[in-house]
Amino acid sequence: MATSPGGLKRFYAVFLVLALAGLGALGYLLAKPATVSIPVNVTIQPSDTAGFHGYVKGDSAAPVEITEFADYQCPFCQTFDMLQMPAIDERLIKSGRLRWRYRDFPLQQHPFARLAAHSAACADEQGRYWEQHQRIYEGQADWAAARDASGMFRDYAKAIALDLGRYDACMSSGKFAGRIQASQEEGARLGVTSTPTLLVGGRLYTGHFDSDAIIHFVDSLAPRAAK
Amino acid sequence: MNLRMGAAFLSLLGLFVSAYLYLYKIGRIGTLACGTGACETVQASVWSRFAGVEVALIGVVGYSALVLASLGSLQPSLLARRWPVTLLAGLAGVGVAFTAYLTYLELFVIHAICRWCVTSATIVVAVFVVALLELRGLSRRR
Repeated sequence: MATSPGGLKRFYAVFLVLALAGLGALGYLLAKPATVSIPVNVTIQPSDTAGFHGYVKGDSAAPVEITEFADYQCPFCQTFDMLQMPAIDERLIKSGRLRWRYRDFPLQQHPFARLAAHSAACADEQGRYWEQHQRIYEGQADWAAARDASGMFRDYAKAIALDLGRYDACMSSGKFAGRIQASQEEGARLGVTSTPTLLVGGRLYTGHFDSDAIIHFVDSLAPRAAK
Repeated sequence: MNLRMGAAFLSLLGLFVSAYLYLYKIGRIGTLACGTGACETVQASVWSRFAGVEVALIGVVGYSALVLASLGSLQPSLLARRWPVTLLAGLAGVGVAFTAYLTYLELFVIHAICRWCVTSATIVVAVFVVALLELRGLSRRR
């Protein structure tokens, strides 16, 4: 089909306008502050779980270990972490009687749970896991109500003096999505259905825990475990 | 010639789609506008790289080649020639084959569909069909 030179000129004009519009749209996306999300149901690679079995605090020789499956956006987990953990930390973990293992168990109904877990994992990469963990739980009421929580997590990272360049790259890459998914799947295999759930000696405990009950519990287990 | 123009527009659209995906992949765009799809699952999978290269970057290079080939085929001195359109059809054919492989991975290996990948697949198939129609038109005019 023949087209006049005028038609060709019109084509080039329209093409140029579309090309500029496309470049403008990409430029806008680049200029916009980046938001981050962490994918679910990722394919778990062996490297995601190799040598990693949760975030641990406490003496490796402690006679009792408690594994907590928790979700950063779960209000009960937040209450437990804020109100009960300080006493557990002080009386059991620091005294070497208890080792605490934190596993991510992001629940589907919590849109920022994986993002929070990933933010903490990125802090762990820089050796500051528990500080970021603490900040995330402390700020739960703020970021859980936000339209996009990633900026607040970044603020926490800044507050604990993380290298923000490394943190941003880590968050954008979603490199720990597989690890979080693996942790969630492992919890599900063990029978975890809600958070927080504690795993002690192969048994799962759910419900509302208080530090006194856990201290008594460890008191009852420690002599047996220490033998 | 209108078909070649159509191929140029489609290729430009494909170039922007793949550039968008690539910018996401290298962390320059925080989230993908994916709606209910599973774009991030696909993009985070090991299959988002091919022979060590980001698939989205392969898309950028491929669509750039299609844009150049389609614009080149519109040069007045080449309008009556068959080879520029054959080149366009050949490039688009490679794109269709690669897209078929990626679609297979999405459906049967990753078990997730990225709507931007579907968009790109539709575009590259459309460019291929347009190039074939143009080739058929050239044959008839001879």
